[in-house]
Amino acid sequence: MNISKKLYKFEPPSTLKPARHLYCSGCGHGIIHRIVAEVIEELGVREKTVGIAPVGCAVFAYDYWNFDVTEAAHGRPPAVATGIKRVLPDRIVFTYQGDGDLAAIGTAEIVHSANRGENITVIFVNNATYGMTGGQMAPTTLLGQKTTTTPYGRKIDADGYPLKVCEMLAPLEGVKFLARCSVSNPANVAKTKKAVKKAFECQVEKKGFALVEVLSMCPVDWEMTPLEACKWVDEVMTKTFPLGIIK
Amino acid sequence: MKTNDKSNKNRKVPMQGNIALCEGAIAGGCDAYYGYPITPQNEVASYMSKKMPESGRIFLQSESELSAINMVFGSALAGKRAMTSSSSPGISLMQETISYLCGCELPCVIANIQRGGPGLGNIAGSQADYFQSVKGGGHGDYRMITLAPAGVQEMYDFALVSFKLAEKYRNPVMILSDGYTGQMMEPVELKSYDSVAGDSAAGQEKYLPDWVLDGCKGREPRKIRSLIMEEGALEKHNYKLARKYQNIRENEVLVDLDRMDDAEVAIVAFGIAARVAKSAVDIARDAGIRAGIIRPITLWPFPEKEIFSITQKIKKILVAEMNMGQMVEDVRLASGGLVPVKFIGRPGGGIFTPEEIYEHLKKII
Ligand SMILES: Cc1ncc(C[n+]2csc(CCOP(=O)(O)OP(=O)(O)O)c2C)c(N)n1
Repeated sequence: MNISKKLYKFEPPSTLKPARHLYCSGCGHGIIHRIVAEVIEELGVREKTVGIAPVGCAVFAYDYWNFDVTEAAHGRPPAVATGIKRVLPDRIVFTYQGDGDLAAIGTAEIVHSANRGENITVIFVNNATYGMTGGQMAPTTLLGQKTTTTPYGRKIDADGYPLKVCEMLAPLEGVKFLARCSVSNPANVAKTKKAVKKAFECQVEKKGFALVEVLSMCPVDWEMTPLEACKWVDEVMTKTFPLGIIK
Repeated sequence: MKTNDKSNKNRKVPMQGNIALCEGAIAGGCDAYYGYPITPQNEVASYMSKKMPESGRIFLQSESELSAINMVFGSALAGKRAMTSSSSPGISLMQETISYLCGCELPCVIANIQRGGPGLGNIAGSQADYFQSVKGGGHGDYRMITLAPAGVQEMYDFALVSFKLAEKYRNPVMILSDGYTGQMMEPVELKSYDSVAGDSAAGQEKYLPDWVLDGCKGREPRKIRSLIMEEGALEKHNYKLARKYQNIRENEVLVDLDRMDDAEVAIVAFGIAARVAKSAVDIARDAGIRAGIIRPITLWPFPEKEIFSITQKIKKILVAEMNMGQMVEDVRLASGGLVPVKFIGRPGGGIFTPEEIYEHLKKII
């Protein structure tokens, strides 16, 4: 224990409250919360940050992050972020949204805030399902993937194709940074942190809209063990959603 | 709020209702306006897009009314005076977030320049969104302070004072107008805040509330939310809201009484319908009928006590609305069944003539 404490910094950043998560074991949200918290601490912007939690499993983010956080109606965080950023342009404003929130009910809001080049940061958590409501099909559910509303697996003729948000937003001129990462293994966690940092720096430098899509595990709704879920992200999900800096 | 303030003899300028709404909002300190085009209130966004940037304020045309009201939510939680306007179908789209604004107790101003429905209806003025505004068009147990201007001057006056009223109670304020009032031209006096509100100018200073999210510099982090899951906490929150609503009921009711001193029959009407009713009462008085008008200015809180006390003195009530009977339900409740309450309505797409109301009045007395 003493040795590892010297090698790694395990103390939580000041941007995280000493609270217990309500997330299921193996869920990726906790890791992503921590990444966001570390980046905000490292950039020294905690006291001028306003975060926007989604409707979804991450709705309680304000109980975990130790800075100002609000919660928007389902899908509307980019509009709320716009309303904050326009009147407080020197604050750091970010949204944290799931794939149902961002890519289904809130598609108009994300596309138009991206297209306006709104100077905000978006953390988009893609777990290929609706976690909070019990594992229904999301716009990002893979073809053939079973969910509680695709018991026979997602089929093209009934449900269409998984929505590739980064690829969809890439041509928009207001979008200045786009990356797809995952938190399925330590190396990918490190890469995600780098991308999230870039996305916040983009806002600090007033460059425009930045979004990081993070492939994340939902072992309970996927009916897998946490380890199987990590493996599934690496081996299956990334085939539909390839990782990398997209823009 | 003072109405019919005749003491101030300042110069009047001709102005359209929708423009007066903008001028009032700007004079009232509006920091940010968000909106999406819809007739009959397109003048608001056009005028604001020109005027707001001139004084360094925010104008943004949103991709939908859903977004507009959520941008209002964002600016309101950042402690700024935010406003949106729309007409009936667009206001329907905003209902979910109005519920969130009430749940989160965020002050803001929403103007509905009503048109006929249901559905797309048409673009003529209407009063068919009374229920939606005062009974809660969104989900949950909430109330929205609703002001009904009956002319261009009041479009200006109500927009001017509504931000402070919203802030006083941390609650959205709805200005429930209609396409006729929005489109018509009348002389307007560009009054100061004090002369409308009857308050000191100090009241107009921006307060720095202790709940705003603007970064936690020098203080503990804050959260603004409407999801309240802790055991018993939501019920507590709702009791708190209920006490606030009761406080508003006791302190903010506005009603205009016209020729009621000796009246034996009262027309109850709000907004544009009250304007037509005024002419109907002129005709009735000429014909020797002692008629008067009770005009609720706040539709919520509704002037229940005022109507109840008047019903002791009169024989009959006629409610005139440009819908098929919405406020009439509240008048019947308020009158306690002591006098007959009759109704004349014109649904979306129509407007009364004074003669039409007068003829009806004659029939019922
Ligand atoms: C208007 C509205 N519709 C539906 C819901 C129910 N709802 C809550 S969370 C959610 C989906 C969340 O899924 P996602 O955004 O993928 O986030 P996750 O829970 O997987 O992190 C839904 C549909 C709601 N709260 N509001």
